[in-house]
Amino acid sequence: MKITPELVEHVALLSRLELTEEQKAQFSRELSKIFEYVEQLGEVDVSGVEPTAHPLPQKNKFRPDEVVPGLANETALANAPETEDVYFKVPQVL
Amino acid sequence: MELEPVIGFEVHAELKTRAKVWCGCSTAFGAPPNTNVCPVCMGLPGALPVLNEGAYRLALRTALALHCDIPPVTTFDRKNYYYPDLPKNYQISQNDKFLGKGGYLEINLGEAGVKQVGIDNIHLEEDAGKNIHPEGTAVDYSLLDLNRAGMPLLEIVTKPDIRSRHEAHVFMNSMRSFLKYLDVSDCKMEEGSLRFELNMSLRPKGSEEFGTKVEVKNLNSISVVLKCIDAELERQGAVLAEGGAIIQETRLWDDVEAVTRAMRTKETATDYRYFPDPDLVDFEVKEEVKQEILATLPELPVARCRRFEEQYGLSAYDAGLLTAQRQTADYFEDAVRLHNNPKGVANWIMAEALRWLNERSGGEEGEELTIEHFPVPAPAIAELLRLLDEGTITGKIAKQLFPMMIDTGKTPSVLVEEKGLKPLDDSALDPIVEEVIANMPKVADDVRNGKAKAIGALVGAVMKKTQGKANPATLTPLIKSKLGVE
Ligand SMILES: [Zn+2]
Repeated sequence: MKITPELVEHVALLSRLELTEEQKAQFSRELSKIFEYVEQLGEVDVSGVEPTAHPLPQKNKFRPDEVVPGLANETALANAPETEDVYFKVPQVL
Repeated sequence: MELEPVIGFEVHAELKTRAKVWCGCSTAFGAPPNTNVCPVCMGLPGALPVLNEGAYRLALRTALALHCDIPPVTTFDRKNYYYPDLPKNYQISQNDKFLGKGGYLEINLGEAGVKQVGIDNIHLEEDAGKNIHPEGTAVDYSLLDLNRAGMPLLEIVTKPDIRSRHEAHVFMNSMRSFLKYLDVSDCKMEEGSLRFELNMSLRPKGSEEFGTKVEVKNLNSISVVLKCIDAELERQGAVLAEGGAIIQETRLWDDVEAVTRAMRTKETATDYRYFPDPDLVDFEVKEEVKQEILATLPELPVARCRRFEEQYGLSAYDAGLLTAQRQTADYFEDAVRLHNNPKGVANWIMAEALRWLNERSGGEEGEELTIEHFPVPAPAIAELLRLLDEGTITGKIAKQLFPMMIDTGKTPSVLVEEKGLKPLDDSALDPIVEEVIANMPKVADDVRNGKAKAIGALVGAVMKKTQGKANPATLTPLIKSKLGVE
């Protein structure tokens, strides 16, 4: 599959990444190669095989509906780039 | 050309669990900001979600009560988008192997009968955090509280089966009532625990084809949804009348101008790139769990309303009012069990209890008071009706007793004793009747001369003198005998 510079641009927008024209060309080349490599899997006949989300045989893994104390506010905010009072501070949301 | 709306809803209800859906953080409303948080719901690297069984069971309970098909295996997917209130940059949701498919909610349209609104699917996901916008012109940032992030959220997607504003109104009230009967959500719209998103298009009445629909977000109450339907009827109607075409898009409700606005295309560039969440295993729906849940489903509002009409001989309107909230219906049946006068009990509940509650509730969107807040318990209402039906008290006295019962919490029998409110017997009434006749000779003569209606004035005078303690049923014959008329 050919990953065009336009597709790179679209995915970059969805991921909120700003790329230069040069990077778009570069990622288009490199991602195309990766996709071609992975496409070899298409040679396997998988008709009649149910899609799997993960290889684990485990099913129905639950936790009980019980409250476990969370983090203290200072701890929760400790790694945030910006905070104000007891909040995370983020770019303006409309 | 007459146009009709075609409406569907996406209903979001926060499930009533103690802990969040993927972690053990508390779901309590109103906790200090950013205190019900942990590495899982803050989306810190390496943290792994594990499904809360309580949330899963409440979701399954709702799906079963909506008559959904329950596929044998359900799985969770990542819905990818960037927004500050979504710390992982994806929401764990369900894209195709939903918890429930098909099914319907019954809504009672009164004289138009009961309508089934189809369910497309029902799935379990997580709520996002809350953005706070500080006041001030120089402010160029937002603040974020992640307490709500990871709360269990049930999404119920209906089919486009609703055909009018009225049906939409009944549907929203019915859905809220249904979820509360099931006891799966608090449904407090003012706290955001129940939200409706609208899908709406117009088409010529009688047409089978669907028009182009728009989706509207930011509708935070039932009355706002109704205003939005009015606004879209007008906007889409105007576009179509000019021969224009509706654009399929997501629009935002602007409450100040009471119109919807298109979102900028950048915001609607939705490409969620769903894929199975590798952090979560598959869930096989066990038959015994299904049976266990089915055995505990309560009688639902529409069925209960129908039974109230048949069993108690109530009008459809009265039965609808009494069954709108489970607590009111329980209260009614508790009282009727103690004193078998369903119509009397129904009238007292509707005229006195519901009125009292309405006067104190914050309206449709405010805090919803239930009959549990009403200070007079069901046995006291039953006793009041029994005293009335046995003739121990008059209707007038019963009306006087009611506020006293509310204020003092005492039972009607105790109050009747304390305040001396028993009706006077004939020997006590005799002198009072004679006095009234003596004071009103002209009226007395009118009655003697065959003006039967005039007797009302004498009855009224006796009532006034006895402060309502004369029983009208025995009083009229007593006056007549004193006047020597039949
Ligand atoms: Zn958490």
